[in-house]
Amino acid sequence: MSEPVIRVENLRKSYGTVAALRGVSFEVQAGEVFGLLGPNGAGKTSTIEILEGLRTPDAGVASVAGLDPQTAGLEFKQEVGAVLQSTSLPDKLRVSEALALFTGFYRRRADPELLLRRFQLEEKRNAFYSQLSGGQKQRLALALALVNNPTVLFLDEPTAGLDPQVRREIYDIIEELKQEKKTILLTTHYIEEAERLCDRVAIVDSGQIIAQGTPRELKHRSAGTTRIEVRLAKQVSDGILNSLEGVSDSREFEGVYVLHSTRPPQAIVALVKLLEAESNELQSLEMFSPSLEDVFLELTGRRLRE
Amino acid sequence: MKNTWSLTKIRILLALRNKTFMFFGLIMPLGFLFFFVLIFGHGRTGWIAYILGAVLTITVMGSFWGLSVQLVMFREQGILRRFRLAPVGAGALLASSIFANYVLILPAVAAEIIICREAFHMVSWGNLWAVFALVSVGAGTFSAFGLIVASVTNTMQETQVINNLLWSAFLFLSGATVPLAVFPVWIQKVALFSPATYLAMGLEASTTGYIGGHELLEELIALAVGLVVAFEVSRQLFRWEPEAKVPGKAKLWVIAALVPFLLFGAYESSFGNQLLRIQKHFQMLDRQTSSERAR
Repeated sequence: MSEPVIRVENLRKSYGTVAALRGVSFEVQAGEVFGLLGPNGAGKTSTIEILEGLRTPDAGVASVAGLDPQTAGLEFKQEVGAVLQSTSLPDKLRVSEALALFTGFYRRRADPELLLRRFQLEEKRNAFYSQLSGGQKQRLALALALVNNPTVLFLDEPTAGLDPQVRREIYDIIEELKQEKKTILLTTHYIEEAERLCDRVAIVDSGQIIAQGTPRELKHRSAGTTRIEVRLAKQVSDGILNSLEGVSDSREFEGVYVLHSTRPPQAIVALVKLLEAESNELQSLEMFSPSLEDVFLELTGRRLRE
Repeated sequence: MKNTWSLTKIRILLALRNKTFMFFGLIMPLGFLFFFVLIFGHGRTGWIAYILGAVLTITVMGSFWGLSVQLVMFREQGILRRFRLAPVGAGALLASSIFANYVLILPAVAAEIIICREAFHMVSWGNLWAVFALVSVGAGTFSAFGLIVASVTNTMQETQVINNLLWSAFLFLSGATVPLAVFPVWIQKVALFSPATYLAMGLEASTTGYIGGHELLEELIALAVGLVVAFEVSRQLFRWEPEAKVPGKAKLWVIAALVPFLLFGAYESSFGNQLLRIQKHFQMLDRQTSSERAR
């Protein structure tokens, strides 16, 4: 295997008494899309910002394209592109001006006109930043991340807070970048995003990577199980659902009972019988094939959305 | 240098699109001019040049206010973070703020001079080269002070408080509003430690044309040294991130920015003749006014 483009070894970072990263290690190969999947506060942004050179780790090694983000300075910045989770531009800066300004900072430059076209911002070229919608701002952020045609791209929650349609547009753009064999590290707390876009995923929780592999490998952990989510008219006592035939595991999250089953038909029949016996009612029932959500649940006992 | 130039152009463009800048950068300085002329210069053309010097001082000093507020706002909104990702150093970003600010005050400076000469019948143009030199160096110095304020304050509220305190001190202890010559000697001596005093003394002497450019060397040197030191201090203290707090030790750098003026102040109050010069000019203006009234 060739030398990894991104190498992270035993990364540690604390903010006061809070340990944000507790020994994070992973490698990303050239042309790979690698995802850090985890809930808010898991340590994803700290990791990616250390790799972008925006934060200094307390301990550990971080290397991007053979450069140390903390010491390589402006040379490092020539090589990478990034979309930050929280950033902005001056309100009265026009889209075309932003692209021209940022393009001018780099030695290797993409054509701003092509970027405008590619990110469907041609009609907005003269619009002020403050006049753009959330989706347009995010498309501009992606365009700005590509002004230097970077070898490595960091995307920190690129679709957070966007509506589903805009999110899908951003997915299409990232898939195009994937086709172009860009090395991409992205953080997300959307299961769908990680499954759809990433070649490999590391599941992060409380500053640690608790599992990593391809989405298929990770889901294999829960192979053969189906997730059944039910809402009931009345609460049921703890553990009673666990004892149902065909149910291997059950937990309650804010009124939703999440059951895992290797034999869903038997589990549903047993559930209906139980509800009848307890004069309870089924309000809704949904079935899902195994996803990274189930892997996370299995590993942490919590849901990603929590 | 290329990055500094690109950023300078954008900063100028952004300011020109900002109504607040148009008010504080152009309308307010001219408002000060009309107000001062109406109150102090009415019927006393001899005083117009002196008032122009004072108003130019206020215009130039205003640099620090606008820049500090803008930089803190950019930091709070996460705009600086975006620039931090690009291969742009803090030096280029800060220098562009100073250059842009300098360019942006020139229209107000030019308008004030022309209005005084053409509309208020200022006796002469004064020493325009000296005015240009002092405005140029002074704008840089006070912009750099603004950048320091932005670096040591964490929120917009803090920035406003510090700005108000500094602004009041600069305004009232420099001769920019009340002529320094009317203050008790001990206040005049305290004023010699303020950078604003060097700007006000220099500009007032230049607009009245009482002295040649070479006699302003001390003011120019004081402001130039102040500019270099303050720029370096602001570079050292600069923070891209809103959550990055200034370490207590780093705040000592702020003292470094004041050192040149402490030294100039100590020298001037012990061996200098600036205060005598101010007194002499003030008396000359007074005599001129008396003779105008007698006519």
